[in-house]
Amino acid sequence: MILAESVTKQYGAAAVVDEVTASIREGTMTTFIGPNGAGKSTLLSMVSRLLKRDGGSVSIDGMPMEHFHDKELAKKLAILKQSNEMNVRLSIYDLVSFGRFPYSRGRLTAEDRRVIDESIAYVELESMQNKYLDELSGGQRQRAFIAMILAQDTDYILLDEPLNNLDMRHSVQIMKVLRSLVDDLGKTVVLVVHDINFASCYSDFILAMKNGKVVKEGRTWEVIHPDHLKEIYDMDFQVQEINNQKICVYFS
Amino acid sequence: MKLRYAVLLLCALSFSSLFVGVSSLSLFDVWQMTEEQRQIFWSSRMPRLLSILMAGAGMAIAGLVMQQLTQNKFVSPTTAGTMDAARLGMLVSMLAFAGASSLVRISVAVAFAVAGTFIFMYILERVRGKDPIFIPLVGLMFGNILGSITMFFAYRYDLIQNMTAWLQGNFATIITGQYELLWFVVPIVGFTYWYADRITVVGMGESFAKNVGVSYRTVVNIGLILVAVMTSLIVLTVGMIPFLGLIIPNIVTIFRGDHMRKNLPFTAVFGAIFVLVCDLFGRTIIYPYEIPIGLTVGVIGSGLFLYLLLRRQRYGL
Repeated sequence: MILAESVTKQYGAAAVVDEVTASIREGTMTTFIGPNGAGKSTLLSMVSRLLKRDGGSVSIDGMPMEHFHDKELAKKLAILKQSNEMNVRLSIYDLVSFGRFPYSRGRLTAEDRRVIDESIAYVELESMQNKYLDELSGGQRQRAFIAMILAQDTDYILLDEPLNNLDMRHSVQIMKVLRSLVDDLGKTVVLVVHDINFASCYSDFILAMKNGKVVKEGRTWEVIHPDHLKEIYDMDFQVQEINNQKICVYFS
Repeated sequence: MKLRYAVLLLCALSFSSLFVGVSSLSLFDVWQMTEEQRQIFWSSRMPRLLSILMAGAGMAIAGLVMQQLTQNKFVSPTTAGTMDAARLGMLVSMLAFAGASSLVRISVAVAFAVAGTFIFMYILERVRGKDPIFIPLVGLMFGNILGSITMFFAYRYDLIQNMTAWLQGNFATIITGQYELLWFVVPIVGFTYWYADRITVVGMGESFAKNVGVSYRTVVNIGLILVAVMTSLIVLTVGMIPFLGLIIPNIVTIFRGDHMRKNLPFTAVFGAIFVLVCDLFGRTIIYPYEIPIGLTVGVIGSGLFLYLLLRRQRYGL
């Protein structure tokens, strides 16, 4: 379990994340939702040690995050930031092999190679594993990065807007992969998503933020409700049940 | 192109380099050299070849490391002020530590190069997010400022001759006893190769590095020190070789990608080949006179650089 207690981040006088307390249960998919500037990505960055917090504490499996050595934490928790701005010419295989860095420090063992092959196979990129990242489509690229995170073999996988810049087909593909990480491999997945319907259809828990505070937290089925959504986004929603999934309609 | 072939080409060029020069020394004399020929061979031709190989490989690798660390394909010791900072350091060491041992003077130059590179990085962090072309321009301006300061004091203290000797790289004056400093490049390159994976990880950005448990700051700082030390050693012994650290790594990464442990051997070999070709060219074109290497590399290099700039969309630089 990841437990964040009164976590705060301030830029100048304004608190971007204001004394947020949240917990993430093992073996589930939790989605952070909320309007732009709500502090979702900031919270995710603090929980994943990328960003120093100005107050509060974060513990992972009962141990304060600061007590972990960098290398040990890298085997426990992986974070993927928006990857589309990265501009490196690496082959898919080489990228994924860097996921093994916490284990092998760059000298790959047979075991590392096995994990790398499995990870690439999991996201179905075997046929193009020697292609360079800059030759891939957005969806393939995102899958390559997920394979890298997978090779890192951590219990917790955090992703900051993994659907950014992806079309609908690729988005569904990525969400299915992430869902299967939870269902088949028992991983804990946390992500920031803007499309409320992806959050509704795929995640177990939703944490909704607004102005640096958590406004609603709970099971997806409970949070996806017109009243809660109105409170979060300041707009009207219709929620319809289609095939046992709650779909939010808000376009007009 | 396989590394094997590149090494073979390098060997062939190295071999021919040993037998080009004003004093007659042909391949057939090797087995029965006169005393004079032996002298030329061991105290001039061999040192020249060795320094070309080490300087060429060293500068190319310094450029590669810098481009990786800054995540910018247009940054190199030439476009980051490192070379100019090293030169300013040499001036300071000549003025203030004239009586000191050469080790002290070299250390001063190295310290200036390191400081200059860190100042550049500090500036870079403040302008990040701008057009990638903008950053080397800032670096060139920064280098020119350092250069003018150097020139000003060189004029005042009548050291202009010494300074211009370092302005343009020159292998013609290399003889035994003057190039040995360059041997330090070899262990630095070895360390860089060992450290390459970390530099590649850092090249993917701070959050990527942190995620796999690599300390971003430490790697960037060590990498910059490697670059600065290597650059100042080369500037001290053979002078400035402009653009080398820019062209070679860019061409190599187009074909071999950015995985440093994989492209570093190519960068080293092609850096050496490039300088060797330029040197042979400079030695033969107005034979028996010579054009300094700084000039040949500068002319060929800036041409290639321009070509790269114009084609950058295509290669996604």
